[in-house]
Amino acid sequence: MPVKTEVKQLVAAKTGNEAMAEAMRQIDPDVVAAYPITPATEIAQIFSSFVADGQVNTEMVTVESEHSALSACVGSAAAGARAMTATAAQGLMLMAEIMPIAAALRLPIVMPEVNRAISGPINIHCDHSDTMFCRDAGWIQIFSENTQEAYDNVLQAVRIAEHAKVRLPALVTTDGFIISHAMETIKILPDDEAKAFIGAYKANYSVLDAAHPITVGSIDLQNYYFEHRLPMINALKEAKAVIKQVGREFGEKYGRPYDLLEKYRMDDAETAIVCLGSTAGTAKDVVDALRDEGQKAGLLKIRVFRPFPVEDIAAVLAGLKAVAVLDRSDSLNGYGGPVFTEVCSALFNSIQKPKIVNYIYGLGGRDIDLHMLKSVYDRLASIKDGQDLGTIVDYLGARK
Amino acid sequence: MTTMLDEKKYTANLPASELPEGGVWTEAGSSLMRKTGDWKVEQPVWDKAKCISCFTCWAYCPDSCMQIENGRMAGIDLEHCKGCGICANVCPPKVSAIKMEKAR
Ligand code: SF4
Ligand code: SF4
Repeated sequence: MPVKTEVKQLVAAKTGNEAMAEAMRQIDPDVVAAYPITPATEIAQIFSSFVADGQVNTEMVTVESEHSALSACVGSAAAGARAMTATAAQGLMLMAEIMPIAAALRLPIVMPEVNRAISGPINIHCDHSDTMFCRDAGWIQIFSENTQEAYDNVLQAVRIAEHAKVRLPALVTTDGFIISHAMETIKILPDDEAKAFIGAYKANYSVLDAAHPITVGSIDLQNYYFEHRLPMINALKEAKAVIKQVGREFGEKYGRPYDLLEKYRMDDAETAIVCLGSTAGTAKDVVDALRDEGQKAGLLKIRVFRPFPVEDIAAVLAGLKAVAVLDRSDSLNGYGGPVFTEVCSALFNSIQKPKIVNYIYGLGGRDIDLHMLKSVYDRLASIKDGQDLGTIVDYLGARK
Repeated sequence: MTTMLDEKKYTANLPASELPEGGVWTEAGSSLMRKTGDWKVEQPVWDKAKCISCFTCWAYCPDSCMQIENGRMAGIDLEHCKGCGICANVCPPKVSAIKMEKAR
């Protein structure tokens, strides 16, 4: 048998924010520009101590707002720097104007982002309304289930974003407080291994290259705007294969493989919950308990929401009998959640498709527990063989 | 001033696949192709006889419209001037070589 070379990894107790800051330390970006906001503050705060202690060579820019933070990242990335920032909720809202610009300029900025409910009313706890608000900004969006994934995803995001076929900004999310402030035991790569995995960054262009003067971000009217959007659209399509390849390589090297989706006990499943982020961890326990009772229940975790894994989702869900999509935000479209509507559209052209319902849950940090998830599986079990669907979009854990 | 730019490259309706990544202009001089001075309300009128070629206006003009020849002020590029009036404002008061007038 060939000898398997195992990279010796450091086992440490870290919160989600600490884990993401640790990944940033290993990445040692050229520029970090950030502004504090709960629950993401610690990421840049911890990182700034690495800067102060000389553990990284980063130019740390403490700006006056998140709009400026991302603008500084865009400027430095356009000059060829590897740039990072971190934020949450209202901070992301303030970055929203600059986000599509970073994508269109094809600048691979990587941003840890802690999911927090957007105002109003004002709330600091987890839901996905902030990230979903920016879902059409041209950024890759990777959701983490726990602290380990948060760490692994930040490292992979650098590889993905900077890949020649992608060249797009990427945000890696954790769930506010649930992951960002909860301490877990994780495995951390040795520094040299992490650096080797992400590799050196060579920007495609630099505004500071005086020998090759360029204009970045010029006005672009009817005759070229469309053609300049197309390569970005295509890059998001190309990114799917790159994300899979980077996730596979990470798995081969470090024993934790990643894909666009994670299928949990889906092989012979008849019913499934589809969800993102930390709720997947809770749902896995419920699936295990139901499996012990002989129920054919499974879980589909969407790890990458942008680009949306249309083909993979249709392939996994088409043969099921009943599916519940869990959305930790509402689209405010007078119908349902963003994940639900996109999962439905992914299935529309499948010949076979499951019955499908939507639950909006966990807004503003409202807890989601085993019993609530069990009640969703119980409903799926009752509708899978004939019973009427009933309410298609419902609100789990809300006092109506 | 000559342009370094191959104009045809930017007016030929190229397909998306032939454009530089990120929509950057890969050559300098593109502003010479686009006349941005036609929407001003006021325009500067420069008096060559009064001007002492101190170049204060040259340093301040946001559109680099001041034309210099042989180390002297030679005129204003009205095809790119937006009529902001900064040049008239910064010209030393004792000289007042630039007046703003209604644009034609
Ligand atoms: S009016 Fe403004 S744009 Fe025009 S030449 Fe004077 S400073 Fe320049
Ligand atoms: S600021 Fe006035 S005096 Fe000086 S160069 Fe300009 S026009 Fe001439």
